[in-house]
Amino acid sequence: MRANTWAGRNKVEVRDVPDPKILNNRDAIVRITSTAICGSDLHLVDGYVPTMQDGDILGHEFMGEVIEVGSGVPGDKLRVGDRVVVPFPIACGACGACAAELYSCCENTNPNAGISEKMFGHPTAGIFGYSHLTGGFAGGQAQYARVPFADVGPLKIESDLTDEQVLFLSDILPTGYMGAEMCDIQPSDVVAVWGAGPVGQFAMDSARVLGAAKVIAIDKEPYRLQMAERAGHIPVNFDEVDVRSTLLELTGGRGPDKCIDAVGMEATHGSAHIAAYDRVKQAVRSETERPHALRQAIMSCRSGGVVSVIGVYGGLMDKFPTGAWMNRSLTLRTGQCHVQRYMKPLLQRIERGEIDPTRIITHTLPLDQAEHGFDIFKNKQDNCEKIVLKP
Amino acid sequence: MSLGLGVAQLAAPDTVRRISGVDDSATSRTVVPLVGARELVHAAGLLTSRRKNVWAWTRVAGDAMDLTALAMAIAHRDGHRRRRLLAVTGAIAGITALDLLTAVRATQTSKTGSAPTARSARREREGGSMDLTATTTIRRPASEVYAFWRDLQNLPTFMAHLEQVRTTGDRTSHWSASAPFGSDVEWDAEITEETPGEKIAWRSTGDAKVPNAGTVRFVPAPDGVSTEVHVVLVYDIPGGAVGKAVAKYFGEEPHQQLDDDLRRFKQVLETGEVVRSDGAPWGKRARKEFPQRPAQPLSDAELEKGADA
Ligand SMILES: [Zn+2]
Ligand SMILES: [Zn+2]
Repeated sequence: MRANTWAGRNKVEVRDVPDPKILNNRDAIVRITSTAICGSDLHLVDGYVPTMQDGDILGHEFMGEVIEVGSGVPGDKLRVGDRVVVPFPIACGACGACAAELYSCCENTNPNAGISEKMFGHPTAGIFGYSHLTGGFAGGQAQYARVPFADVGPLKIESDLTDEQVLFLSDILPTGYMGAEMCDIQPSDVVAVWGAGPVGQFAMDSARVLGAAKVIAIDKEPYRLQMAERAGHIPVNFDEVDVRSTLLELTGGRGPDKCIDAVGMEATHGSAHIAAYDRVKQAVRSETERPHALRQAIMSCRSGGVVSVIGVYGGLMDKFPTGAWMNRSLTLRTGQCHVQRYMKPLLQRIERGEIDPTRIITHTLPLDQAEHGFDIFKNKQDNCEKIVLKP
Repeated sequence: MSLGLGVAQLAAPDTVRRISGVDDSATSRTVVPLVGARELVHAAGLLTSRRKNVWAWTRVAGDAMDLTALAMAIAHRDGHRRRRLLAVTGAIAGITALDLLTAVRATQTSKTGSAPTARSARREREGGSMDLTATTTIRRPASEVYAFWRDLQNLPTFMAHLEQVRTTGDRTSHWSASAPFGSDVEWDAEITEETPGEKIAWRSTGDAKVPNAGTVRFVPAPDGVSTEVHVVLVYDIPGGAVGKAVAKYFGEEPHQQLDDDLRRFKQVLETGEVVRSDGAPWGKRARKEFPQRPAQPLSDAELEKGADA
């Protein structure tokens, strides 16, 4: 089959690789009809993650048709011919984490748990196409994929919704939604979202669906801000204005009630001296992350508010504003999305027309053009927001 | 912590030089990316190595290098540049102190702490006994977890080094372990103590090449659903050639192997089998987490050759 693979730092390559086969009884093989490139794929391609190997198949957002099931998959759960969306965390459904619906922390699905445990204290779940640190599972930017625990994760699509309407249930829609849900939104709330990439856009839509009074989008790319504005959110360009004072102005001096960091470890900043400050901090080795977005969210949030972190962080951070966090009674909540928990309720919201996931798609490319897709997405060329690949 | 700086120094050495006040000289053009490369090696070492204390000490050495380079730079600068350099040097001196503290702590831990690596590795070479402990929580009732373990023939399904356990009587069994022991490493064992649903203790009998004993306790977890499994294994490591083979067999980190065995035990009881990924497709046959094969499906030929390919 054809598959998009990691071929060294800043290099992806579509190659011919063997077709997947059943390895465990509860596996299924899916013929992929649509897959997507995600912002977190860029951390892998950048070479930020130390456990990538030449030939690793990328991709953790995919859907398709079941063409084979293992003997351990009950027929009432999944059959050949079913159309499914596959969640990115691989979850066993039987461990303590799964019982608590903390699927991205599943205790059984990462065969390299020992390594993950050393980095994070406790291991995290296996993830498709996301380095050997998260298990070394082949990803879904390919014609076919092996899906372990196929009786637990995949969501059957039984209506005639298009791939584009349901594909993002695999990751970015539930991730954005979880970011808003963790905010415990009240009808009077003003919610500010750092980052107007795909996850940020869905966090904004979700905040509105959950009843926020106002939603503010913070980014520096005009096309992303326009996309948020078209969806009814208030744009703030951090290249043009001071974010904190603009937020205070928009909220009568209170600050946003709830803040969502949809940026993560590779944040950029509009102000040259703050960017320089963090560079020097990096230069004296006091942190791995670039925490502008998180720091700004904590400093801007109203006293007693919630800061919800769904942007990906990977290492260690110093100079975290503990004083602001503690003295102003802020709540900090975070997590890799527990996708399985949100798929069905979000599918219903899509069916009812409350959320339109297709609004962020700017490019649809054949799988063979994955390399070009990574290029324009990474460099924010051609107003690229979200790319769907067709194997 | 090193990772970010390494990336910055490799990706934008000019910016790093400008910010820290180091001149754009030919020397600094060469030195800054080299320092960046060193940081990446440190990051990789700290992330993957089991000997963190060694890596922590190499960081101290690296800091000393930075300080020396900066001191040389200060000697040749004046005014504004010199002030900036002095500030950066002060910060790095602080970091050096921290690295030094970390290194000292890491060394102390591996000498006196409970970390099994250094201690057991030393004893393996000399001969002597090695005891390993590990624990996990399984979301199954204690009776079920106990019953699975009590059928000793199940142990090789999740314990990497066991080839086969055959029960020969009510309390006796015959065990065989795989290479590098060679197929001739076999021994008899007997259960010395058992309390159904709570505890099993066993030990090797006769003239086993590597006399060993073990205890496993099954304790109900506070959630009322799960069972805590506590394992203690004791090996008498002989000296000489067999001792060397045993040491090699256990690798650098025998504790890690036992942890991984228990992880597979949990997988088997909670999910029905050992979980396989494309990077590590051989289940319990994968004795080491690294090196792995690429995360892509196996070819028919690879599948046929199996784990020993
Ligand atoms: Zn994603
Ligand atoms: Zn689980």
